[in-house]
Amino acid sequence: MIQNGLYDFIYGIALWLMQVVAWFFNNVLSWYGFGSWLVSPGVLEFLTTLLVALVVFIVGFLVSITFIWEERKILGRLMDRRGTQVGFLGLFQNFADGLKTFIKEHIIPDEVDKQLFNLAPVLLIAMSCLMICLIPIGPDFYMANLSAGLLLVFAIFSLAPFAILMAGWSSNNKYTVMGGMRAAAQLIAYEVPILLSVAGVVVLVGSLNFMDIVAFQQENIWLVVPLFLGALVFFIGVIAEVERIPFDLPEAEAELVEGWMTEYGGFRWGLIMLSEYVRGFAACGVLVLIFLGGWAGPDFIWPEVWFLIKMFLVFALFIWVRGALMRVTTKQILGLGWTKLMPLALINLGIAIALRMGGWL
Amino acid sequence: MAEMWLNMGPQHPMTHGLWNLRVKVDGETMTEAEPVIGYLHRGWEKITENRKFTQIIPMADRLCYGASMSWSHLYCLTMENLMEVEVPERAKWIRTIVLEAQRIGSHLMWLAALGTDLGSYTVFLYPVRERELFLDLMQNLCGARMTYNYPRIGGVRNDVPANFERDFTRVLNHFEKRLTDYEALCDQSTIFRMRMEDVGYLSAEKAKNLGVTGPNLRGSGVDYDVRRDDPYEMYDQVDWKVCVEKTCDAYARYRVKMDEMRESCNIIRQCIKRMKPGAIRVKPPRTAPKGKTGWAHVEDPRGEGFMYVIGNGDDRPYRLKVRSPIFVTVSAAPEMLVGYKIADVPAIMGSVDMCLGETDR
Repeated sequence: MIQNGLYDFIYGIALWLMQVVAWFFNNVLSWYGFGSWLVSPGVLEFLTTLLVALVVFIVGFLVSITFIWEERKILGRLMDRRGTQVGFLGLFQNFADGLKTFIKEHIIPDEVDKQLFNLAPVLLIAMSCLMICLIPIGPDFYMANLSAGLLLVFAIFSLAPFAILMAGWSSNNKYTVMGGMRAAAQLIAYEVPILLSVAGVVVLVGSLNFMDIVAFQQENIWLVVPLFLGALVFFIGVIAEVERIPFDLPEAEAELVEGWMTEYGGFRWGLIMLSEYVRGFAACGVLVLIFLGGWAGPDFIWPEVWFLIKMFLVFALFIWVRGALMRVTTKQILGLGWTKLMPLALINLGIAIALRMGGWL
Repeated sequence: MAEMWLNMGPQHPMTHGLWNLRVKVDGETMTEAEPVIGYLHRGWEKITENRKFTQIIPMADRLCYGASMSWSHLYCLTMENLMEVEVPERAKWIRTIVLEAQRIGSHLMWLAALGTDLGSYTVFLYPVRERELFLDLMQNLCGARMTYNYPRIGGVRNDVPANFERDFTRVLNHFEKRLTDYEALCDQSTIFRMRMEDVGYLSAEKAKNLGVTGPNLRGSGVDYDVRRDDPYEMYDQVDWKVCVEKTCDAYARYRVKMDEMRESCNIIRQCIKRMKPGAIRVKPPRTAPKGKTGWAHVEDPRGEGFMYVIGNGDDRPYRLKVRSPIFVTVSAAPEMLVGYKIADVPAIMGSVDMCLGETDR
């Protein structure tokens, strides 16, 4: 059961809509039972939940493709070029790309394991979209408010490498297998530091619920100030999580062609690329929620707008990193994860525990 | 994982041209490597036997589109040695200038390719932007941007255009600042150093035995440069130094090429200062005596280029043999690659500066 402003708003719309339909059935067709069933609370709740899911998905989807646009423009500027120019400010480029990938032929190579080959991108996209509904965009704009939302987000995040390994293995290609193996190896490097840095937040706040975490930050201080090290470790780890340069080893195009997605083409490839940006959306969202105060901000504009502004700024940092750095190798990311990020995350956890025990926060 | 052969090429993002690097991998470690070339063989040497001497100049341009000036110049130098033609002094100065400008342009293209190999598009676009300036200078000089057809047997095709000295000085001043930018982007980046240092070790002994020449040889600590050790044109008249690095790895080869670009700027500046008005071309004989041979070798941007020609008594060569630097250097690929990881292949082969046009001929 969802209780928020978005739900109430859409419930009102659904009620009005259903009343019109019910009037039609009652008065025109004289199906009295059916008409009154349509306006019963159960049907309305079901319909409203579906509509809320749709709205949240569309917003998350639009923000994700705006990320792609932002990346094209900022990366272009960093590289001394203009970036995309299709449509007004290049905003139509994503739709042009979507159309282009959509009309391409869908090729399934003979030698692949067809079921897994088809299942892997579906899994990836489904997992990415699942994360959209776990990220609250504002106090009144979310799909699900779980008491362990933070935990579930990371559980879903760490599932993606298995889908990648599955895709790589089922493609029956040497490059894709190596890409899949690298995704699995990379998981070991970044997952533990990320979870340790998040543990610091959980220790301070005492809750895994995003609402509680943001409320704590609104009352006290943005957690990036006391837990700066944790935010740094989280930022680096989450870049590896969403497989962006410098940590895009599974799809290192210089040596592995296109890595684990070499055999995918057409619209599947387009959806896989989109799902990466949806994961970027989730990563930025979590970073903003647990370290940058979520939607906290002066209330002359809506809290949702604050949240989106912070997300776009965090993603701009991702883009900056991509513009400045090169790709590392597997050995180096493992070294970075275990010898640099782990100790920093542990120190961060120590700081959090000290703050908690000392009662300063 | 069992050992397997992995084909990198002929269609692969790492190859920069049309060749095939077969590596045997154990997991991600390379245990054997075998370069396969010949995909771009055009029968160049045979075609020249049916062409007049002057018609071969534009063909020599096509040996390597990255360094076409250097190859057509080498051909003209060989023919001058065969026909015993003395080139006017001004033509020699101009040739030295354009050769060094070509060296900078070629090295910039190499740096751009290395950038994409390591996963940084910024390092691709910045050098390409500056290369454009040198292409513009060449366009001013001879009307073409890539294949110049500029040197002639006995001189150069035309005198320098108006404001030649001013334009060159401006471009060089601008370029030297930009070169510092590249070094800030690459040398000061820890990830770049991690990727390039201690990979692709090629000892001085091995490099000499395998016939490696040019920047790759000097990166192995061997102090050998045709421009100094067997000077042609005006290289003995100007004051410059040979860039040598002792560490023998991919980073050393990178450093040598970067230093060479600076040194080329220095050479061009001195040449512009000392260039005097005068004749730019003498008329060479149309035919070469039967059985007479001529040869020349120059320091191509990629190594030592060598041509050997036999006269046939008429206006066509009996035989024209080309020694391409990369044809020899690529045979050192197994030596450089074995023992390193798949992820190091782009860094190692990228540092070599492959050019398949001259290799396959």
